Amino acid sequence: MADCVRRDGVDRLTVVSELPLLVEVVLKAVVVLAAFLTLPLLVGQTEHKVMAHMQGRLGPMEAGGFHGWAQLVADGIKFAQKEDVAPAAADRWVYRLAPAVALLPYLVALAVVPLSASWVAAEVPASLLLVLAVTSVGVLGTLMAGWGSGSKYALLGGMRSAAQLVSYELPLVLAAVSVALAAGSLSLVGIVEQWQWWWLLWQAPGAVVFLAATVAELQRPPFDAPVADAEIVFGPLTEYSGLRFALFLLAEYAGIVVMSLLFAVLFLGGWSGPSADTLGPLWTLLKAFAVAVVIIWFRVAWPRVREDQLQRFAWLVLLPLALLQVALTGVVVVL
Amino acid sequence: MTGLEVLFAAVGLLTAASAVLAVTAHRVLHAALWLVVALGGVAGCYLVLGAELVALVQLLVYVGAVVVLVLFALMLTREGVAAVDTAGPQRLLAGLVALAATVLLGTVLVAALGADRVPVTGASNTEVGAQLLGTWVWPFELLSLLLLAALVAAVAVATHRPPEAGEQVEHPEAELPAPDAETVGEQR
Repeated sequence: MADCVRRDGVDRLTVVSELPLLVEVVLKAVVVLAAFLTLPLLVGQTEHKVMAHMQGRLGPMEAGGFHGWAQLVADGIKFAQKEDVAPAAADRWVYRLAPAVALLPYLVALAVVPLSASWVAAEVPASLLLVLAVTSVGVLGTLMAGWGSGSKYALLGGMRSAAQLVSYELPLVLAAVSVALAAGSLSLVGIVEQWQWWWLLWQAPGAVVFLAATVAELQRPPFDAPVADAEIVFGPLTEYSGLRFALFLLAEYAGIVVMSLLFAVLFLGGWSGPSADTLGPLWTLLKAFAVAVVIIWFRVAWPRVREDQLQRFAWLVLLPLALLQVALTGVVVVL
Repeated sequence: MTGLEVLFAAVGLLTAASAVLAVTAHRVLHAALWLVVALGGVAGCYLVLGAELVALVQLLVYVGAVVVLVLFALMLTREGVAAVDTAGPQRLLAGLVALAATVLLGTVLVAALGADRVPVTGASNTEVGAQLLGTWVWPFELLSLLLLAALVAAVAVATHRPPEAGEQVEHPEAELPAPDAETVGEQR
């Protein structure tokens, strides 16, 4: 699937360049892969530091001397050293494939999210829909982990995440629909080209819904009931250790990167800003980084929401709000 | 054969193979996961044929939502790891239905298009949207009404509980009974 999508994007590249197509494609793929491997680590490092400062944690400030810069490296080495264990009751193939299924969709998504009108690895006409579609596939990784581990905690966590993800998918898509409706385009580049500053107010309810649903889709606090460590010992991830667990963590942070970028492009005008022609990509990255910090902040500031509260919030608050936003957008567009 | 034809054949074979595996898998969970591959393969076919929007909606709706629901239902029934146990006559009947559907669809395709090669010109996203909400808007609305009725019925079934049942059953998508709602309100 991923190949088809990428191929399709490559076929329709509109960016004119002097490089031969093959060289250009390889270069872009390498750049996307590099971004995919570094940006999540950057978010992870930020989370360490932001949490350390907000909660007065001393641990993450020790490793490596200055400001504990080596904590992430130490974590990585720890994960790499651990034994790769599969429980006897596990469904081996499902159990082993789950981290890859959780991680890879975000790589595809990152390839189509634009940093500016020309800084986009694969420009496809309906890139918004593509991002939403592939990120919804990543959910299957969590469910496969829940089923494949052969553990009741994993299964319970899997049930919680399935219920949560189905519920929050709807407000998420509706909030995105509102922006697409306002811009009259399914292309992320097209949406930013139409964006104006007063959309910040016009699309504000949609932005709130999108951010809340994003946090829930990523299963981050306060919506982390599926992996609640104090109740069901990390849910679907209970049985994972070493590199496979690290891959799930990487998927979470890659998810933050992709969704923050998407939020910046949809609701904050992406590369709009002073001297957007030259500094455009920088503005997108800065806005996305600010969104990522807010997502991290949520984790520090709020306690976990109970499972039933979580469902009520999705169906009785977010969904009506998203529908209202779509109606409001529709009225303004028609007028 | 052009590159696209080779690609289409490859994706088609992958889809067909995973569909066969989905119905012959020994565990329900594996069947569901092969179904994911088959549905993703169908999306790939649409994509190769140039119907980008349909392909993405297929991915979003079927892989992202329907299969998640299937897996969720499996979790509720605890039958995910159990072996599939289908009676012989049922298998035979299912095979017959599948064969009949194949013959019907094949006949329609051959009757409509004949043996001629038809150039594939995938409709643009705008065209698909205009067709869906213009020409075909009434069937579309009828379908959504059907889904809404199913949803309301599901909520009704889920909230209905026999008076003698003492244990609480979790229904994440259904309305919670009044006492729960009150306690939730207080805790907020």
